[in-house]
Amino acid sequence: MAVMSYLEAIRETLRQELRRDSRIIIYGEDVGVRGGVFRVTEGLQKEFGEDRVIDSPLAEAAIVGTAIGAAINGLRPIPEIQFADFIFPAINQIVEEAARIRYRSNGEFGVPLVIRAPFGGGVHGALYHSQSVEAFFAHVPGLKVVIPGTPYDAKGLLASAVEDEDPVLYFEHKAAYRSLKGEVPEERYLIPIGKADLKRSGKDVSIITYGLMVSYALKAAETLEKEGISVEILDLRSIRPLDVEMILDTARKTGKVLVVHEDNLTGGVGGEISALIAEHALFDLDAPIRRLAGPDVPAMPYSPPLEHAFMITSDKITEAARDLAKF
Amino acid sequence: MAKVKLTPELLKEIYYYMALSRALDDRMWILNRQGRAPVVYSANGHEATQVGAAMALNRGEDWIVPYYRDLAMVIAYGETPREVMLHLLGRADDPNSGGRQMPAHWGLKRRHIMTTGSVVATQDVHAAGLALASKVLKDGRVSLASFGEGSTSQGEFHEALNFASVHKLPVIFLNENNGYAISVPARKQMAIMDVAARAQGYGIPGVIVDGNDPIKVYEVTQEAAERARRGEGPTLIEAKTYRFVPHSSDDDDRAYRSREEVAEWKKRDPVITFEKRLIDEKVMTQDELKAMQQRIKDEVNDATDFAEKAPLPDPSTLGRYVYAE
Repeated sequence: MAVMSYLEAIRETLRQELRRDSRIIIYGEDVGVRGGVFRVTEGLQKEFGEDRVIDSPLAEAAIVGTAIGAAINGLRPIPEIQFADFIFPAINQIVEEAARIRYRSNGEFGVPLVIRAPFGGGVHGALYHSQSVEAFFAHVPGLKVVIPGTPYDAKGLLASAVEDEDPVLYFEHKAAYRSLKGEVPEERYLIPIGKADLKRSGKDVSIITYGLMVSYALKAAETLEKEGISVEILDLRSIRPLDVEMILDTARKTGKVLVVHEDNLTGGVGGEISALIAEHALFDLDAPIRRLAGPDVPAMPYSPPLEHAFMITSDKITEAARDLAKF
Repeated sequence: MAKVKLTPELLKEIYYYMALSRALDDRMWILNRQGRAPVVYSANGHEATQVGAAMALNRGEDWIVPYYRDLAMVIAYGETPREVMLHLLGRADDPNSGGRQMPAHWGLKRRHIMTTGSVVATQDVHAAGLALASKVLKDGRVSLASFGEGSTSQGEFHEALNFASVHKLPVIFLNENNGYAISVPARKQMAIMDVAARAQGYGIPGVIVDGNDPIKVYEVTQEAAERARRGEGPTLIEAKTYRFVPHSSDDDDRAYRSREEVAEWKKRDPVITFEKRLIDEKVMTQDELKAMQQRIKDEVNDATDFAEKAPLPDPSTLGRYVYAE
């Protein structure tokens, strides 16, 4: 089995999907000749031609809006938003149109569409190249939101997103692109959207997280193991729909839950997870639910000390989990 | 100019849809004022533009992406009077939305009428996308988006024209310019006289046409469709027309336009002038006309009765079709 980076896993999956289904097209800003600003689509236009890997005008609403039309007329578009921070000009098309089209047409029309967007910070991207935007979309019925935390999951989730009959937002953490590596099978496989994954089994504290934070949590768990604290890690993989059953299972098992995300605290996914546990598993808890999240400032600053102060790190996760274990 | 085959059959069909739309429209307002239909959006005054454009397309195969003003367009495209009334009254069998959307939010997959929302100009981008698929799949289809002049202030109108012209997509942008976005006149919407002038900025033809003459609209739409099918890209058509009634049944246009202005435009009522033309040019006899008008009256009565007797949606269906089932 080949070892691939998170980025390579995404690229090879795109290649495999383009080969498998001639209805698939990719387009966005710089995805063609340049192969994307992060090189995720490198070489794809050369292999599949300008009709299927398209450099589009620099206009996000048009990128998503035309993808909606193309999907309805028989294609399976995978548009790219160059940075998740730039997705807001398209939010009208995503929320008002893509998410509502099946519902408003009483099931007659559907929008099979995968919107890929790199997100997240820690790469000196500052306010407009670092944001985590998943909570905005997780709020919207009609959308699905997936965020892989490993190269293996990146492949299986992307293939599932492409097969899905509804709009899927596929967020890729920029800092994971080259830092995360792992074994990825060559053959096609699907990871169901809405299924979480237990990345580590433990008995003292549950960490519920997703995306890049999964690898940070795993590192924290290793540190804490040496201190005699056994940490369980649940990787959500899908933010909408959430795997409620696995969330409640781990909460009931350890009785102590730490939710971690880089997105800011208020109104984040952690609030929803906490509410689910409070509603359904309160009396199985041994401590209040704890959230470790990005601070409630408008976005990530540029200068290194400020950026570092914003970012969630393995050390911060270790500290929070340790505190919770002691409760 | 494209060679147009104006057979008597085609002329009569154009008139039929225009008059049917007007009759349905009038009935919808009556139902509203009687408290039987909560809200109405009219095509009243726009019939020539809408039917002329629809008839120039390969109906049911080419895509239309209408807006809320387009009653006449969608019936010319194959939505039946019964379906229109089911939609107006929010019935379970409304094929546009199953009673989920406000009236005049069209969408009929079997006739290639794209589903539409309320935020203006979003549909322009969808039409470009439908056309993008046609270009990739080589399915020979043309897409037509229609929209009011107010919506041309939106970014998505411009994004759609730009995207479509860069990629030479087979799409037609049909502006139904009636001079008002609810109450705001066109001069407060744009600093130029004609929407069609926008086309220059995208390197595509911008055509102005008398929107109260269905034949002229038919001709320019047919030419735009042929151009699109030849792979030469989009056309922006501006049909100058007028709406004779308020924006909706909740609006009162006396607040923003004079009765004299409305009366002046009504001298050129497209349904009346086209009817006269067909009689004068002996395309139809008075007897034929009377028979057709009777048929329309019967259809509107039938549609109203049918829809009023049709069941409302079951509340248990509220949660359906959020995702594929």
